[in-house]
Amino acid sequence: MNGDGEGREGPLRVVVVGHGPAGHRLVEALRARDTAGACRVTVLGEEPRAAYDRVALTSHLTEDADLALPPHDDAVEVVVGDAVTAIDRGARTVTTASGRVVEYDALVLATGSSPFVPPVSGHDLPGVFVYRTIDDLDALRTHCTNLTLSRAEAGGVVVGGGLLGLEAARAVQDLGVDTHVVEIAPWLMPRQLDEGGGAMLRRHIEALGMAVHAGTPMERLDAGEDGAVASVVLADGSTVDAGVVVFSAGVRPRDELARSCGLAVGERGGIVVDGACRTSDPAVFAIGECAVVDGQVYGLVAPCFSMAEVVADRLLAEASGAECPARFEGADLSTKLKLMGVDVASFGDPFRADGLDVTYTDPVAGVYKRLVVSDDARTLLGGVLVGDASGYPALRARIGTELPGSPEQLLFGGTEAAGGDLPGATVICSCNNVSAEAIRTGIREGSLTEMGEVKACTRAGTTCGSCVPLVKRILDAELTAAGVEVSRALCEHFAYGRAELFDIVRVTGITTFTRLIAEHGRGRGCDICKPVAASILASLGNGHILDGEQAALQDTNDHHLANLQKNGTYSVVPRIPGGEITPERLIVIGEVARDHGLYTKITGGQRIDLFGARVEQLPRIWKRLVDAGFESGHAYGKALRTVKSCVGSTWCRYGVQDSVGMAIALELRYRGLRAPHKIKAAVSGCARECAEARSKDFGVIATERGWNLYVGGNGGMSPRHADLFATDLSDEELVRCVDRFLMFYIRTADRLQRTAGWLEGLSGGLEYLREVIVEDRLGICAELDAAMERHVGSYADEWADTLRDPERMRRFVSFVNAPDVPDPSIAFETERDQIRPVVVAGPELEVVVR
Amino acid sequence: MTGARHGVDGAGRAGGMRAGGVRGGVLPGPSGWHAVCRVTELLPERGAAALVAGVQVAVFRTFDGGLHAVGNLDPFSGAQVISRGILGCRDGAPVVASPMFKQVFDLRTGECLSEPGPALPVFGARVRDGRVEVSLTAAAWSGAGAAADAGVVLGGR
Repeated sequence: MNGDGEGREGPLRVVVVGHGPAGHRLVEALRARDTAGACRVTVLGEEPRAAYDRVALTSHLTEDADLALPPHDDAVEVVVGDAVTAIDRGARTVTTASGRVVEYDALVLATGSSPFVPPVSGHDLPGVFVYRTIDDLDALRTHCTNLTLSRAEAGGVVVGGGLLGLEAARAVQDLGVDTHVVEIAPWLMPRQLDEGGGAMLRRHIEALGMAVHAGTPMERLDAGEDGAVASVVLADGSTVDAGVVVFSAGVRPRDELARSCGLAVGERGGIVVDGACRTSDPAVFAIGECAVVDGQVYGLVAPCFSMAEVVADRLLAEASGAECPARFEGADLSTKLKLMGVDVASFGDPFRADGLDVTYTDPVAGVYKRLVVSDDARTLLGGVLVGDASGYPALRARIGTELPGSPEQLLFGGTEAAGGDLPGATVICSCNNVSAEAIRTGIREGSLTEMGEVKACTRAGTTCGSCVPLVKRILDAELTAAGVEVSRALCEHFAYGRAELFDIVRVTGITTFTRLIAEHGRGRGCDICKPVAASILASLGNGHILDGEQAALQDTNDHHLANLQKNGTYSVVPRIPGGEITPERLIVIGEVARDHGLYTKITGGQRIDLFGARVEQLPRIWKRLVDAGFESGHAYGKALRTVKSCVGSTWCRYGVQDSVGMAIALELRYRGLRAPHKIKAAVSGCARECAEARSKDFGVIATERGWNLYVGGNGGMSPRHADLFATDLSDEELVRCVDRFLMFYIRTADRLQRTAGWLEGLSGGLEYLREVIVEDRLGICAELDAAMERHVGSYADEWADTLRDPERMRRFVSFVNAPDVPDPSIAFETERDQIRPVVVAGPELEVVVR
Repeated sequence: MTGARHGVDGAGRAGGMRAGGVRGGVLPGPSGWHAVCRVTELLPERGAAALVAGVQVAVFRTFDGGLHAVGNLDPFSGAQVISRGILGCRDGAPVVASPMFKQVFDLRTGECLSEPGPALPVFGARVRDGRVEVSLTAAAWSGAGAAADAGVVLGGR
């Protein structure tokens, strides 16, 4: 298209073929930079959905995560489900399967790659899958789900022990199928790991219950009587039974379109492009996994993004007739495998023959670390980490730079490098090619103080997330250098955040607010710090929340053990553990509501809320409820609310565990537990998830072998699906995990921070949480367990206690000088046969607004 | 506020009210002091509602023994709930936070400190013979200087 820039009228017509991560990134980059509207973009995608995050593909299977990438703005035309079938380079048009013909000034091929399926006999049998698209995964899941019902003993075979193969293997395993991994190379992940690392990884993989067959090519696949795949025969003659086979043995560039229109392709496939990502036709570019640069095809997301950025710059320059120096200069191939429980990382070039090796092996802990340094031992060239990849971000960032100390220091203590001292050119986020300098500049120029802001501004840490700890350290270093101390102060009375205050109370054994503020605060407190202190004192087991001075700290809900509503009345929620209730008790609730004229509504947490109770009515209402065996439901507290359940295996045809029984046990265990915010939970009796457990702070989903535990979910304003924390737990293991999760949250979360926000803000995230409460990295598990035992042992119903105590009962009066006179301002009208509040204006207030 | 201050002067307050430019005025109701409860019935750092000649009054006893009376009506929500708010201090001022939407009011002046908005009426409050007494006419509605004396310190508590 040389010279076309001048002759063309209107914007440059850019057609992008393929809407995967690379195509998506290209369009995003174009739109972000094309402020003048120089390009008009059309995207033609083959898959039935717009671009999604393929790096996180497995989470679609294991967590049903929504992987969709942000949609483009309206100026971009995106066509999905319509594959391009031909390119006419002479006419500069592309034709799609549906017959659509689209003209272009510049064409970008981002067609990606397809899984390589070796041409062995039986590779096309039913029950054989690849692992590439959401549709592939959905088909795999459907197949495995049916398998567990019909042929529960059938195993699965994943062909390919590379990065993606192992991820696929774990996913198949999580679908309830015992999995074998077949790798033709002598060890796992041969492209990233050396033999020692591969051997250590194998031990971990086998500990997860998978069988590994390395160095064994596959001979053929055999079908069973039903015509579907039944076994895999290996070259050594052994046979592995398999109800499902997944091929994940590498990919091949999708270059068929390029071939058919005569563009140059590589010897081993791939569309040949130069450093500008231009093909042999200057009007056609290729980016991502379909392109071959200097004989190399790049399969990682970071280089694909780099290519997209280069082409975005080139297209904009072309549209304006400007020169553009942007070139793709190869890429960092460092990787970190996110396999549950097994850390694997490879960075730089771990296979350099001219370097020196520093190797550390701990077979007991399952840790293997190898650093490759230059022959003068001053420069880090690459390395491999298995079993403990905590040093990965810092080590990867140090590639090619002079070592700050000896290699051993780097291997052990050195991984705690402060981030502040990393050279500016060091690439911190390799997925998005963000350097330390770019992050520092972003922080300084934008006056950023929060991780979320840094991510949004620089894109660092937004793809695979492995560099987030490092980005955080850079942020902290920058803030410290700028003299900005991010205030965690609760309010003007305490210079501490909630977590610090919690530790102060725990360590000092302080039991009163007066002492706490006298010794560790100033002034007399306020409506922010008082309820926080009350909650901390309650979490640490300091008696009834209305005892003595604590009464004055509570907000009105806790003070009256009921929920304040808009007209000054309260609502009452008796506990109905697990949502299970007898007809007799249902009748009692109905009678109490009727006799006190209350409005009743079923809550989302499987309870019944009684509205419209005046302060002075609360004791009478609760007297009847307590007499009938009800307890406080803590709907008014920052505390455990409910553990919702589906009906479970007792009644349901599909249930595999007694979800109601478990929900009741959990609710009774954690009832009354005071926390930084409310806690909701649910238990589902099977994978159909009728209890919506994944929208809860902790959710439990039954499996054939036990329980899967999910943590950090949220409904409400910022919905978040809970993360899978542990699988196939026994009852005891489940309770222990939840005990520690809750206690750790209660200890360390900020004021009014739900578990979802807490988990997202937790440095190291889910993996760190696992280290703390499963592996006991901080050595606090015994303490957490003891704290929960104290809670469980000291639980008492707040309402029953209150009814027995005349001192507390004195609070439940309408007026101190007229205890039985109802508040005359409270009035109701009728709607759908129940009361609803009428807000009566009080005395006419005319006051000056200043 | 140190030392005991008693005897809030009704006429003086009325003058202060005009000076403060408050339109409206004093709530209807008989003048004079109304006993509402014994001092010991008020939990320190907590409030109680009282019905005084048909007017709902929120009475508070602070940690240092200070006594305050303001209108119970939360002007932001229209509900009679101020007496159920949490007490505290803000830059040294004794305050109550509405339990409904958490606006913070200065107990001495009724002024809303957390956002621009209507103030609470401030009433007279004192202790006589161990009883808390409230006067609807004894204090101005608003005006920082005028009503600063409305809080009566109970020596020694």
